[in-house]
Amino acid sequence: MGRSIQQTGSRYEKIYKQLKMEQKTKINAEEGKQELTITREFDLPLALLFKAYEEPEFIEQWMGTKVLKLENKKHGSYLFETSHQGNVMFRANGTIHEFIPNQTIIRTFEMENAEIGVQLEFLEFEKLTEQTSRLTMQVIYRSVEHRAVQLKMPFAYGLNMAHDQLQQVMTNLI
Amino acid sequence: MKLRRDVFQAIADPTRRAILLLVTTQAMTAGAIASNFDTARPTVSKHLQILTACDLLQQEQRGREVYYHLNPEKMKEIADFVEPFRKMWDDRFNKLEAVMKKSTNN
Repeated sequence: MGRSIQQTGSRYEKIYKQLKMEQKTKINAEEGKQELTITREFDLPLALLFKAYEEPEFIEQWMGTKVLKLENKKHGSYLFETSHQGNVMFRANGTIHEFIPNQTIIRTFEMENAEIGVQLEFLEFEKLTEQTSRLTMQVIYRSVEHRAVQLKMPFAYGLNMAHDQLQQVMTNLI
Repeated sequence: MKLRRDVFQAIADPTRRAILLLVTTQAMTAGAIASNFDTARPTVSKHLQILTACDLLQQEQRGREVYYHLNPEKMKEIADFVEPFRKMWDDRFNKLEAVMKKSTNN
């Protein structure tokens, strides 16, 4: 019987690993902690990845929001706003605590009129190869409950996220 | 014993995760499950109680034996919980990658 758990375990591990490998973006949200880590490997040179966070023009394009203010320096601040048909849909602001090009951004982030509250973000940019890079975002919330609100948000909106992959894994297992 | 009904609490324990893995392929009796562990049988039985209490395991009576099997719906719920958030970031980062790739072509 001792073998069967290993067999089952390794089969599960294999499928699990495969699933994780396919995911470019990984979230690590350990139970009971008030922080989470988001990791992503990019098919972009480090400098280009960093530029996506540094230049308002690019932020606007990939985040789909207007950049009203962005001071990339210690004690600088920023303000993002998204409007739809004249109505402000989303506003977020924060203060920058550290800004080291191609390396680190430490900032606060607050989505206005949301229950999540202010969060502290540590963004680490790393070169992997000449053409690839990695971003690690450590996000710290005020409490475990505040993190839960954040995690549930897209969940509650039910963004029609097809969980096909997982379903497939589960089907394979059963 | 006060049962913890929180699924996340349930899967935080390595023995309970191992039990879940065991029953992924087949329904098993408590005895069969326990024989895979060095832990005392009452301990395994407590783990089974917790897993059943939070619906990760389902009990099924077959003759005189009670079999435990995985409740895939509940398992899906756990994984799904973080998945929309992950997907949201994944979409965002895919966009970032596309935008920055395009920027070099201009």
